[in-house]
Amino acid sequence: MNIVVLVKQVPDTESPRKLKSEDSTLDRAAADGVINELDEYAIEEGLRIKEAHGGEVTVVTLGPGKATESIRKALAMGADKAVHVLDDALAGSDALQTSYAIAQVLGRTGFDLVILGSESTDARTGVLAAMLAERLGVPQVSLANKVEIEGSSIKAQRITDYGFDRVEATLPAVVSVVEKINEPRYPSFKGIMAAKKKPVETLGVADAGIDAGQVGLANAATAVVDFAEAPPRAQGQIVSDEGDGGTKIADFLAAKKFV
Amino acid sequence: MAEILVLVDHVDGEVKKVTLELLTLANRLGEASAVWVGAGYDGAKDKLAEYGAQKVYVGADEELASYVVAPKAALLAQLVQEKSPAAVLVAATGEGKEVAGRLAVKIGSGVLTDVVDVADGFVAEHSIFGGGTIAHAKVTTGTPVIAVRPNAVAAEAAPATPAEEQVTVALSDTDKGTKIVEKVVQEKGERPDLTEAAIVVSGGRGVGGAENFKIIEGLADSLGAAVGASRAATDAGWYPHQFQVGQTGKTVSPQLYIAVGISGAIQHRAGMQTSKTIIAINKDSEAPIFELVDFGVVGDLFQVAPQLTEEITKRK
Ligand SMILES: Cc1cc2nc3c(=O)[nH]c(=O)nc-3n(C[C@H](O)[C@H](O)[C@H](O)COP(=O)(O)OP(=O)(O)OC[C@H]3O[C@@H](n4cnc5c(N)ncnc54)[C@H](O)[C@@H]3O)c2cc1C
Ligand SMILES: Cc1cc2nc3c(=O)[nH]c(=O)nc-3n(C[C@H](O)[C@H](O)[C@H](O)COP(=O)(O)OP(=O)(O)OC[C@H]3O[C@@H](n4cnc5c(N)ncnc54)[C@H](O)[C@@H]3O)c2cc1C
Repeated sequence: MNIVVLVKQVPDTESPRKLKSEDSTLDRAAADGVINELDEYAIEEGLRIKEAHGGEVTVVTLGPGKATESIRKALAMGADKAVHVLDDALAGSDALQTSYAIAQVLGRTGFDLVILGSESTDARTGVLAAMLAERLGVPQVSLANKVEIEGSSIKAQRITDYGFDRVEATLPAVVSVVEKINEPRYPSFKGIMAAKKKPVETLGVADAGIDAGQVGLANAATAVVDFAEAPPRAQGQIVSDEGDGGTKIADFLAAKKFV
Repeated sequence: MAEILVLVDHVDGEVKKVTLELLTLANRLGEASAVWVGAGYDGAKDKLAEYGAQKVYVGADEELASYVVAPKAALLAQLVQEKSPAAVLVAATGEGKEVAGRLAVKIGSGVLTDVVDVADGFVAEHSIFGGGTIAHAKVTTGTPVIAVRPNAVAAEAAPATPAEEQVTVALSDTDKGTKIVEKVVQEKGERPDLTEAAIVVSGGRGVGGAENFKIIEGLADSLGAAVGASRAATDAGWYPHQFQVGQTGKTVSPQLYIAVGISGAIQHRAGMQTSKTIIAINKDSEAPIFELVDFGVVGDLFQVAPQLTEEITKRK
């Protein structure tokens, strides 16, 4: 089975995240880069499917040079190879363009399964799985907390606002995962060493079949008008319970007219 | 006035509050047209009229609700082509955002997600990085597709007499790619919906077990609140997963959020830190949740929470 896992490098949520004043795009230098958390679950799921059904796991990432750190981690977890589209032309792409660019790369790699996180921690748009399924003309098996594959059939549990849906489709398909799906493995020492020898193909947009005129900030279908830091929350009042903690909260709620 | 399409969010005909919020917003920007997909319209029509739908497109064909997301996007795309609306609004829920994504590809438009307000000229306000930054953005190509967060805009009744138009759309094989074979609705009981509630009381690992969630429910009920949970609590099976608040659970933005026995991990904060007023009960004075609170009590939840419930009940 040809399994492609999409991986995005994002700023660490523990460090300060900012937009740049020049062009309102993400300030990647301001924060440490890490692999998007949910993408580790996507990698894990890809590895488990490979272990059960055979095949190969290819990691695809579109991002700056620093994104190689995330690629290495994915390879250390056990992915077989990677494609890194690294080109300044991609900078500032919005979701519509990113989905176009990824779809072009997937046209090159081919796939039986594309697995991705259901949402990134930086932009949090949560639209890519749906956009890719639409562009590729394959089933959208998204927001999955359970996936079963048998031959060319795929069954999944899709989480919803009211509970879940049981869904069925046929491969090839796009699958997006939530964190309930598995517990990602830690890279072993052996895995980390092996990762150094695994093939990473670095492509510019032209090599990847991406039209530079359809990606990047200048060609985006959305534009940031302005931004500002939100006023910080005022420091609240913190008290120790001396047998009247509940009463004190009730007083606070009464003062705020909640009760 | 320009027509604005609003995709109705409903579960088996029960209209979600966010839809009423979107109708209010749409009428501020133009004229709201509701788009209904699936069964149950008859029971919902009065509500849509009450909140100002000037028109309703009814896609009642059951088939539209039998496949994941794509049919809704197909119907909206057809309406965009036929009616040339000024914008399309959907709820920024997991599914709503997916509909927005597919629709954007179908019609070649930009999409904006997690929007908290829309001003004239369809300038959308986003609250990003967990509420740390406020950004304004615009769609520059095509018909704006905008996913608006629940509880961001106040719904206002504005009775109208909507014209109804039945609509059908021919689904392609791709639209029918993923079949929904079973829909499992887990009971929420009498409490308000988590994303819609004005008050949310959430329990975490500190609650210590499924039975003890009665304490959280008791407090919630005294306030007419919804119950939420941290991932630690849902993973342990103490509370069903759809009540998880956070990065990979629901994003809530109530007037009041009470975190009980929750440490305040970044992933939890991502789903609740835009709440207007935040209260925490935690026995660890170093817990990061205290960085966010308006009022916090360092103490044992098993003492503090029941006392609070009792006090609230007494004062009602
Ligand atoms: C704060 C902020 C807000 C933004 N808001 C918008 C907006 O409203 N509309 C808009 O069109 N764009 C927006 N963008 C731009 C958007 O971040 C990029 O287009 C991005 O590549 C796709 O969005 P996402 O990460 O939210 O996708 P999601 O759909 O949330 O990501 C899901 C998964 O897709 C995969 N993936 C995402 N990006 C890549 C990549 N580069 N390489 C490989 N795999 C990837 C990962 O597996 C990820 O888990 C925003 C960016 C920022 C920083
Ligand atoms: C990909 C990913 C996605 C995630 N998504 C989410 C998400 O959507 N939502 C989410 O919540 N988490 C999420 N998490 C998990 C998150 O990182 C934390 O592990 C989780 O929020 C911890 O839950 P908690 O605060 O209940 O538990 P803990 O961190 O264990 O905190 C329990 C707290 O209870 C206090 N306590 C214990 N006993 C008592 C008592 N008797 N009285 C008072 N206080 C007491 C303790 O002092 C402690 O602060 C995610 C993690 C990952 C990796």
